[in-house]
Amino acid sequence: MGSAVAKTKHIIHGVFNDEVPLLEACKKLRASGIRIKDVFSPMPIHGIDGVIGVPRTRIAICAFIYGITGTSLATLMMWYMMISDWPNDIGGKPNWAYYLNVPAFIPITFESTVFCAAHGMALTYFLRCWLVPGAKAKNPDPRTTDDKFLILLELTDEQAKKAEEILKSNGAEEVNHKGSYIVPAAYTLEEAH
Amino acid sequence: MHAESEIRLPLILGNKSYRQITDDIIAPIEGKAARGWYTLLTLCGLSFLWGIGCLAYTIGVGIGAWGSNNGVDWAWDITNFVWWIGIGHAGTLISAVLLLFRQKWRMAINRSAEAMTIFAVCCAAIFVLLHTGRPWLDYMLFPLPNQFGSLWPNFNSPLLWDVFAVSTYATVSIVFWYIGLIPDFGMIRDRVIKPWQKKMYGTLSFGWGGGARHWSRFEEVSLVLAGLSTPLVFSVHSIVSFDFATSVVPGWHTTIFPPYFVSGAVFSGFAMVLTLMLVVRKIYKLEAYLTIKHIEYMNIVIIVTGSIVGVAYLTELFVAWYSGVEWEQYAFLNRATGPLAWSYWAMMTCNVFSPQLFWVKKWRTSITFTFVISIVINIGMWFERFVIIVPTLCRTYLPSTWNTYTPSFIDIGIFVGTIGMFGTLFLLFSRYFPVIAQAELKTILKSSGEQQKKDAAHHAHH
Repeated sequence: MGSAVAKTKHIIHGVFNDEVPLLEACKKLRASGIRIKDVFSPMPIHGIDGVIGVPRTRIAICAFIYGITGTSLATLMMWYMMISDWPNDIGGKPNWAYYLNVPAFIPITFESTVFCAAHGMALTYFLRCWLVPGAKAKNPDPRTTDDKFLILLELTDEQAKKAEEILKSNGAEEVNHKGSYIVPAAYTLEEAH
Repeated sequence: MHAESEIRLPLILGNKSYRQITDDIIAPIEGKAARGWYTLLTLCGLSFLWGIGCLAYTIGVGIGAWGSNNGVDWAWDITNFVWWIGIGHAGTLISAVLLLFRQKWRMAINRSAEAMTIFAVCCAAIFVLLHTGRPWLDYMLFPLPNQFGSLWPNFNSPLLWDVFAVSTYATVSIVFWYIGLIPDFGMIRDRVIKPWQKKMYGTLSFGWGGGARHWSRFEEVSLVLAGLSTPLVFSVHSIVSFDFATSVVPGWHTTIFPPYFVSGAVFSGFAMVLTLMLVVRKIYKLEAYLTIKHIEYMNIVIIVTGSIVGVAYLTELFVAWYSGVEWEQYAFLNRATGPLAWSYWAMMTCNVFSPQLFWVKKWRTSITFTFVISIVINIGMWFERFVIIVPTLCRTYLPSTWNTYTPSFIDIGIFVGTIGMFGTLFLLFSRYFPVIAQAELKTILKSSGEQQKKDAAHHAHH
């Protein structure tokens, strides 16, 4: 067990012109045990998730759950309104039991499933990424929405030197130091191992 | 890097870089609008105002202001509703179905096609909301508890299915479109200099950053929304066709309607996408992104769906004859030879004959020819809906109820107004929103860019 001491962390931006050298640099950084905070890019980079250790998103599972919620709500609504609360005999087709009328209920059940799945998932996506009107831009460098690719690192002194070397030798166009912050002793216990 | 076959034509012409894509897409937003844009906007704006006037008049005096009468109780209203909804379908087809099939050429057109979908659905909504007669009571379409006792809307009715289908379709399309727009708004926010633009696009971009986790979720959300929208788009027009097919009116009561309506919708929608894209391409100089190959692909879709529509027309006639049902036979005879036969033959010429001209490669790769045919198809598909509705209702079971139909001044005004509204919204969109999904386009630059393909081929031969 190492003792807990306050540590300085350096914020480093490795800026690339292209996604291919960036992916290479990410692989090398990870191989030397450096944690990549995030990668910012103008478009999705294929295969980056595995390289920098982004777990597969579970948002599709959410969509499924919202979807079946929609199915159930629609079923419950139509059963209550058409069968239970006020059964009608419309055009010689009485609404005595749900199973007798179910073919007529399929379209709305389907629409409601899609409605809840789509909107539920969209809302989850907005909140999970905190994409809301008025939110501050999350990219640390405005050029990353245009044509630059950026590796964001937050590292200790020793790691920072190593990372800088790796970034430069792998074709980073710029390596920018964006200041540092102190991690209080109470929060460094885990990293001291 | 994923390499693509050399013989596949490039989708991005010239030697473009990521930066140039950004520059080309942002050009209409940063630059001054072309004179053509102002002319078109004035024209569309005036038609829109004209439409608002006619709409207000209808609300004021009731739908007696329309040409609809006792027998022909659905006429221009539902014709226009189905026409607009059908046009909308191409947007979802392009963005959802082509995404599932991994068709890269969709990326140049999906943004504007989706915008077209949303604006077309808005136009369609005007007609359904108005045709109820008392639009201020339209909330009663929804299953809300009300003061008349426990009286609920009839869930066995296709008209109610339509309420759910169209409202789901409209809202899901908007969300799908907006999620795709966010990264591009982020790009614009980081590029523009004027303070009001920075503020506006900053708000619209919802704080987008483009981190790896966000992109990962973005792609998953796009894929799942595409998966949901695909059956949705088929369901919406199937349900619209049920409005007719579940009735007992001869000429409407046919099982062929759902596939026939869906292919007709895609057919008319692609025609409208072509009409719009050929204008956008010219005004904003996007020839490098909307290539002749894109136009050819869309024309091929038009041949396929146009042929399905043609087969459906003939099948209808065959089934009417083969059924041996006099009323059914008369309905079709009346369409083809009755007092409104000219509309039937206009429909046949525009929808069955004209798309077949695209079999000639020279014609389907000609911009002028494509533009003319796209407008012909738009007109033809309007007549299809008119033919299904009006001549049929003019001659139903009882000859004593036979009637004729002429649209009123107000009918025409509202229709012209929706075209103006559609045009106004689309022009504003094309000026202030990114017309091409640039973030997506950047993902295919290396595999489908002209110069990039040449370089790859050059390397491969060494």
